Amino acid sequence: MAADDTANKHGPDIAAAVKDALLSGLVALALFGPLIGLRTEQNMRNELVIQSRWGLVAAIIAVIVIGRFLMLTLVSPALARRRERVSATPEHPSALRQALGKWFAPASIAFLFLYPILIVSLLGFQGSLKWVDNFGIQILIYVMLGWGLNIVVGLAGLLDLGYVAFYAVGAYSYALLSSHFGLSFWILLPMAGIFAALWGIMLGFPVLRLRGDYLAIVTLAFGEIIRLVLINFRELTNGSAGISSIPKVTLFGIPFDASPGGFAKMFDLPLSSAYYKIFLYYLILLLALLTAFVTIRLRKLPVGRAWEALREDEIACRSLGINTTNTKLTAFALGALFAGFAGSFFAARQGFVSPESFTFMESAIIVAIVVLGGMGSMVGVALAAVAMIGGTELLRELAFLKTIFGDNFNPDQFRMLIFGLAMVGIMIWKPRGFVSSREPTIFLAEKKAISGSLVKEGHG
Amino acid sequence: MSDANGAPLLSVQGAKTYYGKIIALKGVDVDVHQGEIVTLIGANGAGKSTLMMTICGNPRAREGKILFEGRDITNMPTHEIARLRIAQSPEGRRIFPRMTVLENLQMGAALDNLAHFDQDVERMFTLFPRLKERIAQRGGTLSGGEQQMLAIARALMARPKLLMLDEPSLGLAPLIVKQIFDVIGELNRTEGLTVFLVEQNAYHALKLAHRGYVLVNGLVTMSGTGKELLQKPEIRAAYLEGGAH
Repeated sequence: MAADDTANKHGPDIAAAVKDALLSGLVALALFGPLIGLRTEQNMRNELVIQSRWGLVAAIIAVIVIGRFLMLTLVSPALARRRERVSATPEHPSALRQALGKWFAPASIAFLFLYPILIVSLLGFQGSLKWVDNFGIQILIYVMLGWGLNIVVGLAGLLDLGYVAFYAVGAYSYALLSSHFGLSFWILLPMAGIFAALWGIMLGFPVLRLRGDYLAIVTLAFGEIIRLVLINFRELTNGSAGISSIPKVTLFGIPFDASPGGFAKMFDLPLSSAYYKIFLYYLILLLALLTAFVTIRLRKLPVGRAWEALREDEIACRSLGINTTNTKLTAFALGALFAGFAGSFFAARQGFVSPESFTFMESAIIVAIVVLGGMGSMVGVALAAVAMIGGTELLRELAFLKTIFGDNFNPDQFRMLIFGLAMVGIMIWKPRGFVSSREPTIFLAEKKAISGSLVKEGHG
Repeated sequence: MSDANGAPLLSVQGAKTYYGKIIALKGVDVDVHQGEIVTLIGANGAGKSTLMMTICGNPRAREGKILFEGRDITNMPTHEIARLRIAQSPEGRRIFPRMTVLENLQMGAALDNLAHFDQDVERMFTLFPRLKERIAQRGGTLSGGEQQMLAIARALMARPKLLMLDEPSLGLAPLIVKQIFDVIGELNRTEGLTVFLVEQNAYHALKLAHRGYVLVNGLVTMSGTGKELLQKPEIRAAYLEGGAH
């Protein structure tokens, strides 16, 4: 009886599927018929003429009808069966999963340290440029920003949509102080971090009473204010034109240039810009690891525990004697500190900063990285940064598709579309992000991560 | 047991609390002496939880005074009040759902700087053996009764001078309620723990308490020992009929 039921439930009901698919086709016709099928163009005499593209409409509708049919007959039953299997098996992570959880982080750190060597030995110094710079450095900047924001959003539960403002403060601090006063990167790195942290506290004070959506709106506005100030305070920031020829980072005073005292001459190497990139790669890797290290240590200290408790329940926190004001301010300050570090690195790497680099889109990407990764999970945030930023960079590699789709095809333009689709997909299948389990900070016996699926939605 | 001679540990004097323009407490006087269990009973909306929150400074009393150990705490920030070792198990339990049972207890001991952490955790597990079974489980996955035990245990981790409980029996099975009240009574007898208990479950609360106050529409209308109040016909009629189990 029960088995019969299951078969009925998951067995494909062809007639219903056909009906449903045709209905979807009709809806698609109504939607796409006018939207895609008809197109207005101006002819030679500046008159509007309607062009029809019925072939395209037919193709789209066919895709929808067939897709819907396959979805109903093949995909959904398979998914339902899988769900049943999953719920039937008890909640015990397999040995493989446990080993993966244990070794993933150290293995990936080892890989990251070996990555430039690997790339250089495969592609030579010149060929390595793109892979170290566009992929390595670019992704690591976002890993660091993600980890920094993770303190504010993931641990303390304060939704900050203006995080890029602190990144901008760090970048402009380095850009201005180094070009006006000639201070070295190594002095300005901590200074930029401290400036950003001060701004973090300044933002923190007025928003202490706010939570959730209200906090999000105020931080969003804060991010925009910083950007607008950067655009309009021309005397200091040079407005939208930005600041260029920002000094590079030196390795204990050794510059990376063609001068006699430069890195290449000093070690008798052929001239190449790859050394500088590889140096920058290790620099941002160390900065990112510093962020991770500090976060992991802090989670085990009273302030880190207070952040997590604050995310869970502010009233309970206060009734336990936790000073929520200080707790929030430290979270804002520390998150901003790391954004400041990342910002000054960014300025030094680009050699150029302008308000264009600090739009709301950047904040949104960083928040998306934290949310996709799973709030509070370091590994998850890193994975999400790799997927989002690496994915964007990969799209640039798809230029060969032009040979198929014609010269007008630009894969970069599909970035946001793919972004959106991927996000929707991940939020459906992994609503808590890539890594949803949270590692407890103290144990009496053995370690045991607790799966997110055991807790009600909205409670974790 | 009750030490009615000395100055009270907690003294609420003429507290008036408003929510905006609406007055919730119209001048309440309540005393809690060292080593006592004092209960505050009343119907929904009488202002019981408001009084408890007012003692914690959120919302603040607009008029009147609240003294703890003779010190005026009326205008102190909430976390500073908690640091005087007034532990509160708030209404609706408010445990940390994503944190494990042990981590919840750890948060409770934050006030104590974890000085007696291991010892106190063991003590909590003796008081509430159920929690020990759930030690590595997330707070949010516990049953209602277990969450209430956790909320009380978390409050006790701070080694409080005064334990304030807001409706610990809310939504729990009678057997669990009895267990929890037994533990409170035992802590009071063996360690002299002072307890201020806000309850709707008047019968259990009055049986447990040394003294009780009845709050109606923001005013204390009656007070006396637990036994006295249990005998009063008005109380029987208003709070106990059908509720005495």
